[in-house]
Amino acid sequence: MKFVIGMHINPAVLEALTEQEQAAIGEGHGALLAELKESGELIMTQALADPSQSAVVSVRDGRTVVTDGPFVEAKEYLGGFYLVDCENRERALAIAAKVPDAAIPGLAVEVRQVMFYDGALEA
Amino acid sequence: MTRSPVEGLLRELAPQVLGTLVRRHGSFEDCEDAVQEAVLAAAVQWPAEGVPAHPRGWLTTVASRRLVDQVRSDRARRDRESAASADVVPDEIPDTDDTLVLLFLCCHPALTEGSRIALTLRAVGGLTTAEIARAFLVPESTMAVRISRAKRLIKEAGGKFSVPEPAERLPAVLHVLYLIFNEGYTAVDRTDLAREAIRLTRAVHAQLPADGEVTGLLALMLLTHARRAARTTPAGDLVPLDEQDRTLWDHALIDEGMTLVKAALAGPALGPYLVQASIAATHSDAATAGETDWAQVHALYLILERIAPNPMVTLNRAIALAEIRGPEAGLALLTTLDADNRLARHHRLLSVRAHLLEKAGDGAAAHDHYRRAAKATASLAEQRYLLARAARCAPACRPSAAT
Repeated sequence: MKFVIGMHINPAVLEALTEQEQAAIGEGHGALLAELKESGELIMTQALADPSQSAVVSVRDGRTVVTDGPFVEAKEYLGGFYLVDCENRERALAIAAKVPDAAIPGLAVEVRQVMFYDGALEA
Repeated sequence: MTRSPVEGLLRELAPQVLGTLVRRHGSFEDCEDAVQEAVLAAAVQWPAEGVPAHPRGWLTTVASRRLVDQVRSDRARRDRESAASADVVPDEIPDTDDTLVLLFLCCHPALTEGSRIALTLRAVGGLTTAEIARAFLVPESTMAVRISRAKRLIKEAGGKFSVPEPAERLPAVLHVLYLIFNEGYTAVDRTDLAREAIRLTRAVHAQLPADGEVTGLLALMLLTHARRAARTTPAGDLVPLDEQDRTLWDHALIDEGMTLVKAALAGPALGPYLVQASIAATHSDAATAGETDWAQVHALYLILERIAPNPMVTLNRAIALAEIRGPEAGLALLTTLDADNRLARHHRLLSVRAHLLEKAGDGAAAHDHYRRAAKATASLAEQRYLLARAARCAPACRPSAAT
């Protein structure tokens, strides 16, 4: 079963972390990545640039309008995700618990099952 | 998806060659890699240059060389295309069929079900890693890692290519074959897993013809597969059993499945696969949905509930009960499932309840339940179907909106 494990980041929370804590996040992701590669469960992972850099595109009457994002004004934004193919929902929840963000108050990790899938499988 | 003659031949020969190699050299892990390489080489060479006179001998020779290469160095992929030509040993027909032994090894308890499926398809099914990856919509590299890891885990757990007690691991093997079949149930343009599952189950049945559960599983697959053409519209929409065009059913498969069910029912044991096959056979027996012997279907679900209790079985029994005693009786049975955590979030409970509410004439509640079921499923085809059903009972739910 395929799941997207999304990291909802809060830039303010991240900035308030000590350097050590930030380094621990990096190491935690490294360890998780190694585990998922070894187990054959990882399809891909992507980290996204800061939400302040996003653009919102809309087309009205055939005209494209681009404004500075983000689209939803919120404290938390999608910071990145893991796309995994694992045994079942329980295993997906267990993987999510290993995402270092899950252990930081103010950040959250969300597990969503994939419903449709297409694209280059040899990415 | 059609399978070329070369593909068919390779899938048939691969486990035989693997068995020969493992008996000769010992290491399942290395031999399996070597056979996969030989299969890949054959898949390139045979269609271009013709199938060799002794295809089994060709594969055995090439795989043995690969194995030697692997042992000598780690550069086993070298010279892939140049390997096979001279001194191919003639086909030695193996005096034992290794299918079962290989299946038992691939369904080792140290592995997750997903890994058992992948390894079974490669080592016993003779499929390439790329084909398996395509069937499960994962990158080939992901699937390759999963298969190597599975073999390593078997090795670490002390799994051996020997004959285990069939009775012990047979249920795990049958379950894996059942899962492979289910995976292929609706997939149309991917590797045809339903057909592979039937092929492998036939092989097991050939080895254990007296086992009622093996026969039952094969019959269940055949009777289910027989409805394939009627199960979806050309646009890919699901067609429920009671609306299927039964002239589209494959009657040769049904006859074969029915014969198997009858033979197995004469045997001493009645296991869950055989009961499920009997249910499928009861549906196959009805020329129209209206002629279905629901009392028999219900009785069979009662038996299934007793020998293999599972909320999904009760759910299906509720449908049968509603057919013989009315939708209210079915709905009453469903309330016994509400407390079950395994089912609470499941779309099947919602959709069956919607179906029974619709039958009971409660359009508004049916509409609501179909929509909730549509949200709960992760299958696009099922979601489309459930939303269409919801729309169908919408007028009853909002009489003022109807004209």
